[in-house]
Formats: sequence, structure tokens, C-alpha cells
Amino acid sequence: MARAITTQRKTINTLFAWAVGLIIFFPILWIFVLSFKSEGDAIKAPFEVLTSAWTLDSYATVQDRSDYFKHFWNSVTIAVGSTLLGILVAVPAAWSMAFVPSKRTRGILMWMLSTKMLPAVGVLYPIYIGFIKLGLLDTRIGLVIVLMLINLPIIVWMLYTYFKEIPGEILEAARMDGAGLREEVMYVLTPMAVPGIASTLLLNVILAWNEAFWTLNLTAAKAAPLTAFIASYSSPEGLFYAKLSAASVMAIAPILIMGWFSQKQLVRGLTFGAVK
Amino acid sequence: MKLRSVLRTATAVSLIAGSAAYAENIVIATVNNGDMIRMQGLTDDFTSKTGHTVEWVTLEENVLRQRVTTDITTKGGAFDIMTIGMYETPIWGANGWLVPLDDLSEEYNVDDILPAMAGGLSHDGTLYAAPFYGESSMIMYRTDLMEKAGLEMPEAPTWSFVREAAAAMTDRDNDINGICLRGKAGWGEGGAFITAMSNSFGARWFDMDWNAQFDTQPWKDTLEFYVGMMNESGPAGYATNGFNENLSLFQQGKCGMWIDATVAASFVTNPNDSTVADSVGFALAPDNGLGKRSNWLWAWALAIPAGTQKEGAAKEFIEWATSTDYIELVASKEGWANVPPGARTSLYENPNYMEVPFAQMTLDSILSADPNNSTVEPSPYVGVQFAAIPEFAGIATEVSQEFSAVYAGQQSIDEALEKAQALTNDAMEAAGYR
Amino acid sequence: MATQHSQSAARIMMAPAVILLLGWMLVPLTMTLYFSFKKYLPLRGGDLGWVGFENYTRFVSSSSFWPAVATTLIIVGGVLVITIFLGVLLALLLDQPMWGQGVVRILVIAPFFVMPTVSGLVWKNMFMDPTNGFLAYMWRAFGAEPVQWLSQASMPSLIMIVSWQWLPFATLILLTAIQSLDSEQIEAAEMDGASWFSRFRFIILPHLSRAITVVLLIQTIFLLSIFAEIFVTTAGSFGTKTLTYLIFQRVLESQNVGLGSAGGVYAIILANIVAAFLIRIVGKNLDA
Repeated sequence: MARAITTQRKTINTLFAWAVGLIIFFPILWIFVLSFKSEGDAIKAPFEVLTSAWTLDSYATVQDRSDYFKHFWNSVTIAVGSTLLGILVAVPAAWSMAFVPSKRTRGILMWMLSTKMLPAVGVLYPIYIGFIKLGLLDTRIGLVIVLMLINLPIIVWMLYTYFKEIPGEILEAARMDGAGLREEVMYVLTPMAVPGIASTLLLNVILAWNEAFWTLNLTAAKAAPLTAFIASYSSPEGLFYAKLSAASVMAIAPILIMGWFSQKQLVRGLTFGAVK
Repeated sequence: MKLRSVLRTATAVSLIAGSAAYAENIVIATVNNGDMIRMQGLTDDFTSKTGHTVEWVTLEENVLRQRVTTDITTKGGAFDIMTIGMYETPIWGANGWLVPLDDLSEEYNVDDILPAMAGGLSHDGTLYAAPFYGESSMIMYRTDLMEKAGLEMPEAPTWSFVREAAAAMTDRDNDINGICLRGKAGWGEGGAFITAMSNSFGARWFDMDWNAQFDTQPWKDTLEFYVGMMNESGPAGYATNGFNENLSLFQQGKCGMWIDATVAASFVTNPNDSTVADSVGFALAPDNGLGKRSNWLWAWALAIPAGTQKEGAAKEFIEWATSTDYIELVASKEGWANVPPGARTSLYENPNYMEVPFAQMTLDSILSADPNNSTVEPSPYVGVQFAAIPEFAGIATEVSQEFSAVYAGQQSIDEALEKAQALTNDAMEAAGYR
Repeated sequence: MATQHSQSAARIMMAPAVILLLGWMLVPLTMTLYFSFKKYLPLRGGDLGWVGFENYTRFVSSSSFWPAVATTLIIVGGVLVITIFLGVLLALLLDQPMWGQGVVRILVIAPFFVMPTVSGLVWKNMFMDPTNGFLAYMWRAFGAEPVQWLSQASMPSLIMIVSWQWLPFATLILLTAIQSLDSEQIEAAEMDGASWFSRFRFIILPHLSRAITVVLLIQTIFLLSIFAEIFVTTAGSFGTKTLTYLIFQRVLESQNVGLGSAGGVYAIILANIVAAFLIRIVGKNLDA
């Protein structure tokens, strides 16, 4: 039996929730507005900003100065590549931990997560030297590998919790029908795991897209993604609010749009399936 | 129309094809300052002259430093040219990490580089980086406000005059601060300013045995004077103001005086950006009667990391970007006030350039800074606003963080100096000086 | 019901991920340990020999060490408290019937997608700048003196920026958990005359405990190593130097890799203490 809700209460809820939502979203909205202003107008008082002329100049300047699409494409390749590679490595591991658990499984899982807590800067020099020796410096493949390793613990964790939700009886039934390990994975497990894999993919693309230490320090001209693009607008001489806003919008828009379209999967992904 | 553009493309292609045997693609790391961005925009001129193409990695100053330092110390080879400063060049040159620029072409005329700049960018008499632009620091002040305060700025003022004038120009009701100075943490920001200022108060970073000197009276005097003056006449929140914040304040007419890099002169006198463009005067940075002024010396320069495969093309680029031809190219497109200053003697012999209001004062400021003899008492280091030793950047950033905490009212001058003394000595010990 | 066959197959399947992670962890860890016992100064020619525990004692004896540990814990703790507290409230609000729920949810989760560098820059310049920042104009509009956010209220400002980034994450998870709550149970409690507070205290909150655990665990992992937000806003001044930032200063600004590596070892120890603590309190909540 549904509760009776008065229109009045619904209106109050709506107003209140929208107010809170807009406050949280406001910084993003504001840089969006500033990105369409001239530098001189962008530092004015908020009301004057809104009433001043709108222009696309900042976007034109930014595109003229740095090749947005090159950086964008590098970001896409690195984020998607590292995630796919990570899933490829993680699926078998997560599968075996979920369905053939041993005494050490929980220990291994916790240990994997703890590797994420190593401070990256401490190993910058060794990794950098390794990259030079292997010829991976300023290559996309190098970043794909590093970001895959960084996010692998998260990927394994997420997949593990999804797989764990798959009822064991189904597998047993399949085994009784004479399905081998390969068939089991191919025809039974994979279809059931697709939603979980999809949300794992999403979250890791976001994490890889926003990673700003390794992507900045291991690239130069060829493999530089959008994090490096932002670093050339962060604090230049003279007024820069409008250009920084435009560059920021260009850097976050793709991932924001992707995130909005996929927020349902994301919820599952983010919680490691722990929240149903 | 179409035909013409096809023809033009064809010519361009054949031009590039003609020099294809030597055409290289070089990667240049640079800082996102206005002059460098202008250079980036003019790259086509270089490409059409030499056939070489250029890929730019333009980064904010702190990120750039971190990036190029990692690459040079590990011999990474990610860049063919790096934009570095007067601090890095002698250290890297001494380590053999840079290609010596001792075989530049005749027409480049290396002797035309201002001796102060060439000196700061050399090690043992060998030039390791070519200055793209050079700077000192000087006073930029509002002539109208000075007049209103009934004062007249001397060519070479003292600190006590500056403090008095700042107090007289301050008009808090109208949002006018008598003086704007850097207070932001970072060795190249507030650290550079306070170090240069301390020289005129007789302070120094180290004595001849590399002992930190923050427990001496001149440092205390420097900080007390600075904090006192800024509290009287400085803008609110000066503890986080760096070059850019002060530039913006000055351009908006909120500062009576500003002591900072000479390159800022072209920004504050540019009517497109500055509301006070036609009422800016210039004077030498102040002194304190001890024989040293408080102006620094700096150059942003282009250097080639040793081991690059493209040394030839990189040298061609450096010759192009730091040549007199480049200066003329910028002058023809943007006017003489916007050419990269402070690098070449001939620029200051050019009558067109000397009409620019800040040209003479920039030159005088540069000439009055002496990196080899910057402190009142003898010091073991080279450099005006820095000490050219590898440890300095790290130490000075931490010291300036302690100072900024004083400016923000979070600790006393004595506390900050005590911490600065301890951490400097500790770092020098770790590096094996003491 | 695992057979011998599947046991060994499982081991083979686990191998790539375990070996890779083992490599990723052991190689840098070994290098960090190795460098931490060396005098390693890249700008002075690199490896200058063994120094025993000198780097370790020097790192701890620096006046910045304990404040950095405290700063790290305050930031992690502060952000956790704020995001979980506000996250619960926000989740409860968003669970109420309203018009345009989907759109509001989108608005609320958006900050999570913003790069840490960008959010640091935007807050620092466009909002917290005491002259041209949005907040300064707001303060002036009400006749107040603008706050010097990043110098005079540096830690609260930083915690606020980081909380803004992580609040969406907490809200989203908690909201999902609330939505899975059995509404009949609440209705029954309502009929019995239970107050709003006791309904929250005895039904909703216990139901959320697992989601809160997840938020706690994941956020801690990421918060212990935040760097970009500090780098672009205060660069470690005004008491915002975390352990991660201190290590960054030692390695990249002071160019003392040995000293920084010793700091890295301390950071690993701290992370493990925190992790052990967390796993103790939340571990059993995670075992489904």
C-alpha cells in the first residue's frame, strides 16, 4: 500500500532537493558560464558576469594553442585501453577467488587493495628509469600498462563481488550436465557477469581518465592526455579565468557526459556490489 | 581562390620536401608565460625557414620544473629543448647534462647577449643556455597616485621612502593599497622576492662555511620591515599573492606600487589589459644604504639536453628563437613593447625600442644586479635571489612556506626564522655541506 | 564442492593478476627500500653510497614530520565525517518523492567526474580567490570582509574541496542502500507511532551500516594518497602538508631520493596501520 503523499509535501521536497542539487553542481555550472566570457568579464562580480556578452573566444584560443583532439584521443586510448587490459587479467583471478575460494583468498584480496596505498612519488625515479630502458617513455602503451596495474586491485575487487553474487547452484547444474571449465566460463558465467563487468569498466575508465600523476610525469608530446592539457592553463601570466574554464570544460565534459548516461551501472560498480 | 590555395599548398609541400633530408621533428618543453605562448604561435616561421617541425609541451612553471628535472637527471631524452632558468643552467651544465652552446653561427652573434645574462647561463665560461628573455626587478608605480600623495619618486629610492610613500598612497576606502608585493610560498615566488630584499638589508643565506644565517639580525630586520609595511599598506591576503595575483591587482588599479619582474612592465602598460596603462612610472628597486639594491636577476633560457639525437635541429631552433630576427618578427607583428626583453645588448641600442617607456629602467635594473657579488657580507654562492646549488629550490620552498605562514598571521617572525634555520641546516647536512 | 581439477585451474587463472600485482608491489617496494638506505641525490651524480638508517632518522626528526602525519589523518578523518554525515542526509532527502528526481541525482553526482586537478584549480581561483573569487563577491555583497580561504582557513578549505569531490560518491552508495530498504517495515513502524528519529535510528541506520562501511573503506584508500588538490591550491603551505606531499617535496623539490624513499616506507607503514584498523572494524561487514 503506497503512502499517501500530499502535493504540498512533494513540492517542499522538490524545492529543497533542487536547491541542494544546484548548490553542489554550481561550481561546474559556473565554469561553464565563465568559459563563454571574455577574460575581462570573467573576473567581474557574478551579476555583471551574467549580463556581459557571451563569446566563444576562449574555446578558439585554447584550441588554437593546444591540440585538444590529440590530448582527448590519448585520454580515451589510455583510459579505455588500461581498463580493458585490466579486465582481461582480472576476470580469471576474480573468478577463481569467487568460486574456488581457499583460506588465503581474503588475505590476497586485502593485500591487493593495500597495494593501492603505496605513495606514487616515492617510486617515480625507478619507474621513470625503467620506462627509459624499455622504451616506454611518452608512449600510450606504457601508460596503459601503468594505469592497468594501478587500478587492477579495484577491478579484481569489483569483479570478485559480482561473481560472488552468482548462485553456485547454477554452476553445479552446469557441471552435472557435463560442462567443462571452459564451457562453464563461456556460456554460464560470462552472460551473468556482463552487467558487473560493464560497471567495472565504467568506474575504471573514470579513474584512469582523472589520474594526474603518472599521466603527467611519464609523457611529453606524443602520449600526453588531457591532464597535461590542463597543466598548460593552470596559472599563466595575466588573466586566465575564461581560458582555464574553457580548458576545464573541454577536459571534463566527455567523462561527465559518459558518467551521466551510465549512472545506474555506476552505482553497482562503485559499491563493489556490496549494496544491493 | 581555390586554385591559389592549391598552389600555395603545393609550394609549401615542395618546400618541405626540398629540405626533407634534414627535416626533423623536435620536442620543446616550455613554460606557459606570455612570451613563450607568442613564440609558440610563431613556430610556422621557423618551420618555413628550416623545414623542421616542432611539438610543444607547454606546462605551468612548477609542473615544468618537476618534469624537466626528472628527465634530465635520468637522461630520459623526452625533450630536445628545455626551457630552464638561471638557477638550473649552471648546475646542469656543471654536471655535463647540457650541450655547450659554443659553436653558434656567426650571424647569431653570441657576443650580443647581455653579459649579465650570458654570465648567469654559463659554467666555467661556457654558455649552456641561450636567454629567451631576461629580467630584473624594479618598482612600478602609479604616477597619478604618487602626485596625489604629494610625493615624487626618485630614480633610486630607499626602503624608508617606499614605506612612507606606500602609507601615503593607501586609501582603503577606495580599495587602493599603497604597495603590492609577493608573499606566496615557493622559492621562485615569494622566496625570490624576500631573498632579493634581504640582500639590501645585509642578510645572506649562508656564511662562507655554508651555515644558515636565519639567526642573524639582518633577516629579522628584513621580515619585520616587510611585514610591518605590508600590514600598513599591503592588500588583504598578500600571503597568497604571487606574480600573477599582483599583476591582476595592479592592472585593476588596486596598487600604488608594485616591485616585481621587469617583464611585467609591458603588461601593466598595455591598454588592452590594464586600466592604468597610461599612468605607470618606473624606478630602481629600493636599497637600504648598505650598497646592495633589492632587485634580482633572472633569465628564461633554452637549453639542449646532452644525448639528444636532434642536436642540430635543436640548435637551429635556439638560434631562431633567441635571435635579433625573432625580436624584429615580434616587433613587426605586436609592436616593440611586446618583444622579449633583457637578452640582447643590441635591443637596448635600437632607437625604436628605447622609445618604450620602461626600456631604460629595465636595462639599468639588469645592470645593477650582480649574481657573483649579491650580498653585503661575503657569501659562498652565486645568484641574487637564489643560491645556485642543487639543494636550494627544496630548502627555499620550505623556508618561504614558513614565511608565508608569518604573513598570514599564523606564527611569529621569530618562530619562522627558528624553523628556517633548523630546516636549512638539516638539509645542508643531509647534502653533505656541513 | 571444488574438485582437485578446478583447484589447480583456479590457481592458474589467478596467477596473472597475482603475479602482476606482486611485481607492481614488490619491484617498487624493493626499490624504495633499497634507495632508503642510500644517499641518492640525482643532482649530485646519483648514488653516493650506503648510509644505513640515516635517512630514516632524518625524515622523522624533521620538524615537518609529525605535523604531516597529523594533517594526513585530519584530512582523511574530516572528509570521511563530512561526506558520510552529509551523504546520509542527502540520501534521505533524495529518497523522498519529488519531481525530477533523476535530474537532481545527476546534479549531485557530477563533481565525482571532475579531475582532481581541475577541481583544485576551480575552487582556488574561481571561488576562493579573495579578490576575484565568487565567494569573495558573495561576502562583499553582504557587507562582509572576504575570507582568505586558502591561507587563513587552509585546512577547512581543503577538506571542503575534497569533500565536494567525494560527497557524490557517498550519497550515491547510501541512496542505493536506502532505496533497497523494505518500505513496509517503515510504514509499520510509522503506524506504531515511532517518531521520525527512532525510525531513523533503529531501522534506517542499521540497514545502512554495510554501505557506510564500503564508503569508509574505499574513500580511505583514495584519501590517504590525495596529492593534486594540495599541489594546485596551497602547495603544502599553511599547514596543509600531508605525508604524501612531504615525500613529494623531499623527492622532487629537494631532489633527495634516499630521504624521500625513507618517507615512502613510513607512508606504507601508516597506510598499513590505517588499513589494519579499518579491516578490523569493517572486515566482517564485507563478508556477505
